[in-house]
Amino acid sequence: MAKGFKKTKMLTDTPFHYCPGCTHGIAHRLTAEVLEEIGAEGNCVGVAPVGCAVFAYNYFNCDMQEAAHGRAPAVATGIKRVHPDKIVFSYQGDGDLASIGMAETVHAAARGENITVIFINNSIYGMTGGQMAPTTLEGQKATTCQAGRIPELNGNPVNVAEMLAQLKGPSYIARVGLFDLKHVMEAKRAIRKAFDMQINKKGFAMVEILSTCPTNWGLNPIDALEWSKNEATKTFPLGVFKDITKEEE
Amino acid sequence: MAKLSFNKPLCKGCGLCVTACPKKLLSLSKTESNANGYFVAVIENEEACIGCAACATMCPDCVIEVER
Amino acid sequence: MKKLMKGNEAIAEAAIRGGCRFFAGYPITPQNEIPEYLSWRLNEVGGAFVQAESEVAAINMVYGAAGAGARAMTSSSSPGISLKQEGISYICGAELPCVIVNIVRAGPGLGGIQPAQSDYFQTVKGGGHGDYHMLVLAPATVQEAVDLVYSAFDKADKYRLPVMILGDGMIGQMMEAVELPEMVDVNALAKKEWATDGTGVGENRRIVNSLYIQPDVLEEINHKLFAVYAEMKKNETAVEEYMCEDAEIVLTGYGTVARIAKSAVHMLRAKGIKAGLIRPITLYPFPDEAYARIAGNGICREMLCVELSMGQMIEDVKLSVNGKVPVEFYGRVGGNVMTAEDIVKKVMEGR
Repeated sequence: MAKGFKKTKMLTDTPFHYCPGCTHGIAHRLTAEVLEEIGAEGNCVGVAPVGCAVFAYNYFNCDMQEAAHGRAPAVATGIKRVHPDKIVFSYQGDGDLASIGMAETVHAAARGENITVIFINNSIYGMTGGQMAPTTLEGQKATTCQAGRIPELNGNPVNVAEMLAQLKGPSYIARVGLFDLKHVMEAKRAIRKAFDMQINKKGFAMVEILSTCPTNWGLNPIDALEWSKNEATKTFPLGVFKDITKEEE
Repeated sequence: MAKLSFNKPLCKGCGLCVTACPKKLLSLSKTESNANGYFVAVIENEEACIGCAACATMCPDCVIEVER
Repeated sequence: MKKLMKGNEAIAEAAIRGGCRFFAGYPITPQNEIPEYLSWRLNEVGGAFVQAESEVAAINMVYGAAGAGARAMTSSSSPGISLKQEGISYICGAELPCVIVNIVRAGPGLGGIQPAQSDYFQTVKGGGHGDYHMLVLAPATVQEAVDLVYSAFDKADKYRLPVMILGDGMIGQMMEAVELPEMVDVNALAKKEWATDGTGVGENRRIVNSLYIQPDVLEEINHKLFAVYAEMKKNETAVEEYMCEDAEIVLTGYGTVARIAKSAVHMLRAKGIKAGLIRPITLYPFPDEAYARIAGNGICREMLCVELSMGQMIEDVKLSVNGKVPVEFYGRVGGNVMTAEDIVKKVMEGR
C-alpha cells in the first residue's frame, strides 16, 4: 500500500511550538515539501527570523542560521555569496520582513540576490502579544491600536508584494493564501516556482503567504481562516505580481 | 479504502482537518485528550474515507498520515 | 620587497593575503579605500564583495558568510561601527569568527572625519548588548596594521570570535613602506565543521544561533565565552615596553598616538628626564600585568596616559596600576592631534 500522505523528510521530528490552528505549520510544511521535491536535502541553508518563527531552525531539516530581527535577507546574502550553488532561503514574518528589516528586504530584492524568501503575513506581531504590524489592516484591532488601526493615527498597511514587484531585481513575486485545500495547493505551487527561480539562477523570489493568528486575532482557527480569506485579501489581494519567465515568453 | 493514522500527541485540536474533510468524517473527540490537554481529532467512519488527504494537507502540525 | 602603500589599501591587501574571501561594507570616511580596493581585489581571488545598503546589513552579511565558513570582514568608521553593534553582539553570541576594521573618527554623533581614539570604551567594553568581548588590536604603523590584519583571521578562527582592528584616520590615510606577507592558501585551511555549508541533514545539521531561552543553558554559554577570553588573555596579550627599565615617568598610549609619545620620550630624555613608554598592542585583552609590574618596580614615579579622547583607556591603566603611582592624563579631541612637543610640555608642567 503506497503512502497517500506522509510528513516530508525535510522537517525534523521536533513538534511545532505554534498555537493551535496557526498556519505557520502549513507554511513550514509546504516549504519543506518543496525543498524535498527539488532535491535540496544536504544541499541547502535556511535563515530563521525573529518573531513567532524564531525556532524555525529546529524544524527545517537542513543547515540553519538564526538571524537578528529583520536581517535575514542580509544573512542569506552572505551565505549565498559564499555558497552560490546551495539553495538558500529565508523564512520571515511581517514585523521582521516589512518593518525592522524592510531595508534588507528591498535591497536584497533590488540586487536580485539569488535567494528565496518565504514571507508570512498575518497582519500582527504574534510572538510579542498582538501589537500592530506594518501589515495590520485598516480598522483591525491590535494591542497598540486598540480602537482599530486608524490611518491618520497609525499609518497605513504596507503591500510588500506589490512594492517589490516594481523593482527590476526580483524574478518572481506572488501572494497566496492558506484558506482551504485549493489555496494551500496553489501556495505550494508558488513556493515551488520561487525555488525553481533560484535553481535557474533567475534571482530574488518571494512568496507572501497570508497566514492566520487565531490567538491574537481573537478568533477560533476556522473563523481565522475565513477572516484571512474575506478580510485580509481586501487589502492584500492574491496574485502573481512579477514573473520574469512569463515576461520572457 | 484509505487508512488514516493520527500522531495524537502532536494534535492541538484546532479543527482545520474537520473542516477540510469533504466527507465530513472527522471530528474533535469529546472524551479523548492528549498530554497537552487538547481534545484530539478522530475519524468515525473510516470505511467511507476516500484518501484525498485534504485533512493532512490542512493540518498545521503534521498529525495525520494517509495510506491508500 | 617593500611597497609604498596607503594604510587602508595595505589593510585590504593584508586581509586578502590572510584569507579574507568575503567583504561587505558601506561608504564612510575615512575608511573608503578599504571597500574600494576589495571591490576589485576580491574578484581576482574568487571571493565576494557586496556594497551593502547599510552598516547594519553589512555586519549581518558578514554573520551569514562567516557562519557559512568563509573568512569574512567588514570595515567602517565610528558612526558606522555604532550601527554594527547589534550584529557584533550576535556574532559573539553565535561564536562566529570575522574581522572588523574601525578607522576611528571623532565623535560623538556625526562628529568629524579627523582621527580620534574615542571609540575605546565601545570597542573594549562591549558596544552592543550582553556580556562579550572581542580581540582588539591597535596598530601603530602601516606595517603593523598589515601584520595584525593578516594574522587576525587565524586568531578569529582559533577563538571563534570577531577580531577588531582599532585604527584611526591617520593609520588609514598615511602612506608607509610595507612588506606584504605571503598569500594564505584558503583551500588548505582546516574545515569548519560547525559552519552551515548546506550539507547538514538530521543530526549532522549545523545551526548558527545565539538564542538560548533556558537560563541555565545561557549562563553556561556565557561562562564558555569567558573561558575563551581567559585563554586568549594568556596567549594573545601583546604590549611594547619602550625604555621603561629606568624610566621615572612612563608615558602610555596606543596606535598612532604611541608614535608621537615615543618621540616625546626621546625629547624628554634629551632634557635629562628619564621617560619611557608602554604601548598596548592588544587593547582587549589589556596588558595589565605590564602596567602593574612597571608601576611597582620602585623606579617609576608617575604615568601619563595620552589619548585622542577625553580619557578612556586611562580607566584600564588606573585599574592595572591600582594606585601604585599617580596616573595623569593628556588628551586632544575633536579630530585634533597632539604633537610630541605638546606631550613634553604637559610633562614639564609642575616640574
